[in-house]
Amino acid sequence: MRDGDHEHHAEHQASAVSPLELRVRALETVLTQKGYVDPKALDALIDAYQTKIGPRNGARVVARSWCDPEFRRWLLEDATAAIASLGFSGRQGEHLVAVENTEDVHNLVVCTLCSCYPWAVLGLPPTWYKSAPYRARAVKDPRGVLREFGIELPESVRIRIWDSTAEVRYLVVPRRPAGTQHLSESDLAALVTRDSMIGTGLARAPA
Amino acid sequence: MSYRSNADLGGSVEHGAIIQEPEGELFHAPWEPRVLALTLAMTATGMWNLDMNRAARETLADYRKLSYYEIWLAALEKLLADSGVLQESANPPPRVLRAELVAATLARGTPFERAPARAARFAVGDKVRTRADQPAHHTRLPGYARGKIGAVTRVHGVHVFADTNASGLGECPQWLYTIAFDERELWGDDSAQRSIVSVDAWEPYLEPA
Repeated sequence: MRDGDHEHHAEHQASAVSPLELRVRALETVLTQKGYVDPKALDALIDAYQTKIGPRNGARVVARSWCDPEFRRWLLEDATAAIASLGFSGRQGEHLVAVENTEDVHNLVVCTLCSCYPWAVLGLPPTWYKSAPYRARAVKDPRGVLREFGIELPESVRIRIWDSTAEVRYLVVPRRPAGTQHLSESDLAALVTRDSMIGTGLARAPA
Repeated sequence: MSYRSNADLGGSVEHGAIIQEPEGELFHAPWEPRVLALTLAMTATGMWNLDMNRAARETLADYRKLSYYEIWLAALEKLLADSGVLQESANPPPRVLRAELVAATLARGTPFERAPARAARFAVGDKVRTRADQPAHHTRLPGYARGKIGAVTRVHGVHVFADTNASGLGECPQWLYTIAFDERELWGDDSAQRSIVSVDAWEPYLEPA
């Protein structure tokens, strides 16, 4: 239901409005009439997360850290300030910590209690990040979870899991792929996937 | 008074698959973005805070049956009902988030760090034991990490305390630490993931070990 099927299904249902849709419309109508919400603000909020605040922001942070040792040091020391210098800050990113993958350590981020996620750099979390199976297993069976994402780490790599239980938000800095010395910062950013910044993926190899 | 969170899932048995999702696929029904925006806009009025949102969500009796945005919707309805907003005689909101302020409001966020009133009790490297009891209110120490021995690996400063903030008892800021646990401390001697798990824990969750 999460791909083309879903859209297809939605098209068929276009004439019938779902009970959930009606509930939400009713709520929006009454809150607007009572002066609690500005419908244009709702549009602006949605637009912000659809077009401005998403994982391409985090990818820029990672690519910069790969290219600029001074920035990398700053990022690992004070991620909130370093990331703000690139123009990313605010809601669900007020207190950021960047954790770097190395030959010996692979970082994985989860929120077992709800769905805390670094919105300021990654946007809205994917459905699986908020789902019971991921939240249940990431802390106890991280290698199993990584295998589901197609990642088999060598035994020698220690897995470091960060459960986001307060207002600190974690950004994983994936390892820079081999053979990318010649690439520009923006080409590098294109290799940085959302999942690689959660820890359920690796940065892509260059084409 | 009993309090039960249905959202504390770490380490529980979950057989479902993790269904991957392409980047940029944010919503799965037209009402979902409206619920997201309504929730953010209502939190911005200042009538309740983020921790109250979380408490409202995790105590939904049918939490485990609902999708993520269904949880948000049901919690929003609950908070509205509790606050009397939908009644005829409701007071006007303290603030209203206007469209022209959205970008600045998101960029500012809601910082949770406060000035320290006293020195931190623990330092990096200290061994600590987490509280074992289950408090009868919203809390952020996951069940799997209760009554366990770990080490302080980071000190984050003084942050708004979720437990009191969720209960309407004020911010009561507390020192916040990252506490790292060896996998065997959490899951037993058979655990062989070569992993370390950390949680972020406020000082009242901790005692010296």
